[in-house]
Amino acid sequence: MKFCLISLLCFSAFGQVPFERIVNATKEPANWLTYSGNLLGHRFSPLTEITPANASKLKVKWAYQFPEANNEVSPIVADGVMYITGPNTAAALDVRTGRALWNWKRPVPADYRNVGFGKVNRGPAILNDLLYVTTLDCYLIALDIKSGLQRWSTKVCEYKEGYSLTVAPLAIKGKVVLGVSGGEAGIRGFIDAYDAKTGKQAWRVWTVPTTGEKGVETWAGDSYKTGGGSSWVTGAYDPELNLVYWGVGNPGPLWNGDNRAGDNLYTCSMLALDGDTGKMRWYFQFTPHDTHDWDSAHVPMLFDGEVGGRKRKLLGNANRNAFYYVLDRETGEFLAGRPYVKQTWAKGLTDKGRPIVIPNMEPSEKGTLVYPNLNGGTVWFSPSYSPQTGLVYVPVRELGSIYFKRPAVYKVGTFFAGGGENQLPTDDATGAIRALDAKTGEQRWEFKLSSPHWAGVLSTAGGIVFSGTTEGNIFALDARTGKPLWDFQGGSSTRSNPISFGLDDHQMLAITSDRVLYVFGL
Amino acid sequence: MMLRPVLVLISCAVYAQSPPDLDLAAGKVLFETHCALCHGIGGKGSRGPGLNHAKLAKAPDDEALKKLIENGIEPEMPSFWYLAFEDTAPLVAYVRSLGRMVPEPVTGNAERGATVYARNKCYACHIVAGEGSGFGPELTEISFRRSPGYLRQAIIAPEAALPENFLLVEAKTKAGQSIRGIRANEDPFTIQIKDSTGSFHSLRKDNLATLNKLRGKSPMPAYKLPAADLDDLIAYLASLGAKP
Repeated sequence: MKFCLISLLCFSAFGQVPFERIVNATKEPANWLTYSGNLLGHRFSPLTEITPANASKLKVKWAYQFPEANNEVSPIVADGVMYITGPNTAAALDVRTGRALWNWKRPVPADYRNVGFGKVNRGPAILNDLLYVTTLDCYLIALDIKSGLQRWSTKVCEYKEGYSLTVAPLAIKGKVVLGVSGGEAGIRGFIDAYDAKTGKQAWRVWTVPTTGEKGVETWAGDSYKTGGGSSWVTGAYDPELNLVYWGVGNPGPLWNGDNRAGDNLYTCSMLALDGDTGKMRWYFQFTPHDTHDWDSAHVPMLFDGEVGGRKRKLLGNANRNAFYYVLDRETGEFLAGRPYVKQTWAKGLTDKGRPIVIPNMEPSEKGTLVYPNLNGGTVWFSPSYSPQTGLVYVPVRELGSIYFKRPAVYKVGTFFAGGGENQLPTDDATGAIRALDAKTGEQRWEFKLSSPHWAGVLSTAGGIVFSGTTEGNIFALDARTGKPLWDFQGGSSTRSNPISFGLDDHQMLAITSDRVLYVFGL
Repeated sequence: MMLRPVLVLISCAVYAQSPPDLDLAAGKVLFETHCALCHGIGGKGSRGPGLNHAKLAKAPDDEALKKLIENGIEPEMPSFWYLAFEDTAPLVAYVRSLGRMVPEPVTGNAERGATVYARNKCYACHIVAGEGSGFGPELTEISFRRSPGYLRQAIIAPEAALPENFLLVEAKTKAGQSIRGIRANEDPFTIQIKDSTGSFHSLRKDNLATLNKLRGKSPMPAYKLPAADLDDLIAYLASLGAKP
């Protein structure tokens, strides 16, 4: 198979990765140069060798053991080298064998604590000769891709206040964009961009406005000061519009909204930000005044399509609140939306996309049964958009929960929750991979899973969909029908996003199973 | 799904002295502030495990529970080192109270109960100290996991006392083989079934013609024993695993 316009043979290891290569990532499918494979958030591989006809012959090519459990990394592959991260760690692997070429580690401070999330890292970014890694203790680190040597580090936030970094950064032209974790600790969230060469802050966009700023009127009293709005999942970037699209998390306190009356902008929203200045071009709030922990922390999928008789630039988002949305990504205009999992909190959406909320579905003293549970219809792990099928593939979770409201007490760097949830018995909880029409959200097929999914999805030009289950199955489906083609028991839960790359003109698939990274090929 | 053992951890064996109500009230507030996010209100479990068990696998005593709270469990559970000792104590007391059960009187005679067990051929499906068949739950240390009240219910109306994730299934392969038994594990592609002889069957779902999940059903018959026999049988079961 000859797929490489820029193949491994054309580049020596540790080649430069200028921004132009990332913009044109689909033209060199042997590499995986950015978190989602391309800047548009597709997690789609143009490689065609693995097809529904031969997927049953997939075999393990090599495996790598991480030093930690529960890995959620989405690797970067560039010019014969795979770059991976863990919590405060990074490594470069020989893409042929999985053998480490260099390792990097930064100690986690003894007094660091993760408030409301696991000690994980979701992957690096690459630009020119630097690899960008975020750390739990709030640093953005630039490593030399050739040696793993630290070239610079920038302190982004203060972990003692509950902030943390687990996000895979997004490298755009001359800048590295990132978001923060900490929405369970009453932080005030933001999205930052840093100069890729120096690490100097280029811009910051606060996700919760302050006194005198537009939107602060959507927060009662001083509640904006502990308003949350984390930004912990990698966004997407449209190089033509020069817009960064980034999702914002839940308001704080999570389950008790009594003291934060109002819509609580810009929590649970999608933001469109100018890549040069960070200026907010538009926002769209999916869940005003959220009280169910339904972050809008998702990778947005950017694609073009005809809606209402004219071609438009679109943004698709399967949201944690159980609805799939299609927005105009130039203006933020709501174009379509419908539930893609069971939900009991809204009658539907208005013609502006605002949820028509069913009364008394908020958390309560005695408990309120609501679908979906706090993890929502899907969470941080990536969906996939296939330009070939026009479908989005969404890893979904089907379960409800009884939500409780309790007093919320803010204390710096600790949980600011205001309640909790009790999930329904596990036999009632299931999962699936669902294929939706990207322009409407209409379901085309589903592949049922035994439990709520916790892993991302990859689709390929060869016509397969690839993912891994909580029970350890790593599997391939037919992208057009959902028919299972192949499965492999990896030994433990997959909690990461799969990728695909090329080696010696053959297509490879990579995905984790707990502390093992598997690479498969024909 | 990740399946737990057929009998889940519910115990009647630990009856710690009750701490003052004030401590429990303070502990409840701390729990709902710091812990309920993952462990659920009342410790019934959410994204983290349920804590409403008398025995906690990672915290066998109060000191271990205190250390666990202060140090966390890598990589998921954060450390709560910042809770001062005077805060941790009521939290420990409250967590312990979640699994506390009211002691239930056992009126029967365990020795006579052993003969009731044998006479009714319970060993045909259960194992005690290595004797018997493994179709039904292992009973060697059943007193650690089940209260006398639960055991009574499980004998007279088994289907009203099914453990979480217990599932009776009937599978028929495309080749015509029928297998009926208890689901040992399952994923989207395979299922493992234990049949009435205690043998395991590993089946791929794409080789099955049918797979019926008999939710709410149990292969164990409802026993109508004389009252004295029932009391004795419960006394026998409640003695299994207890320290001599």
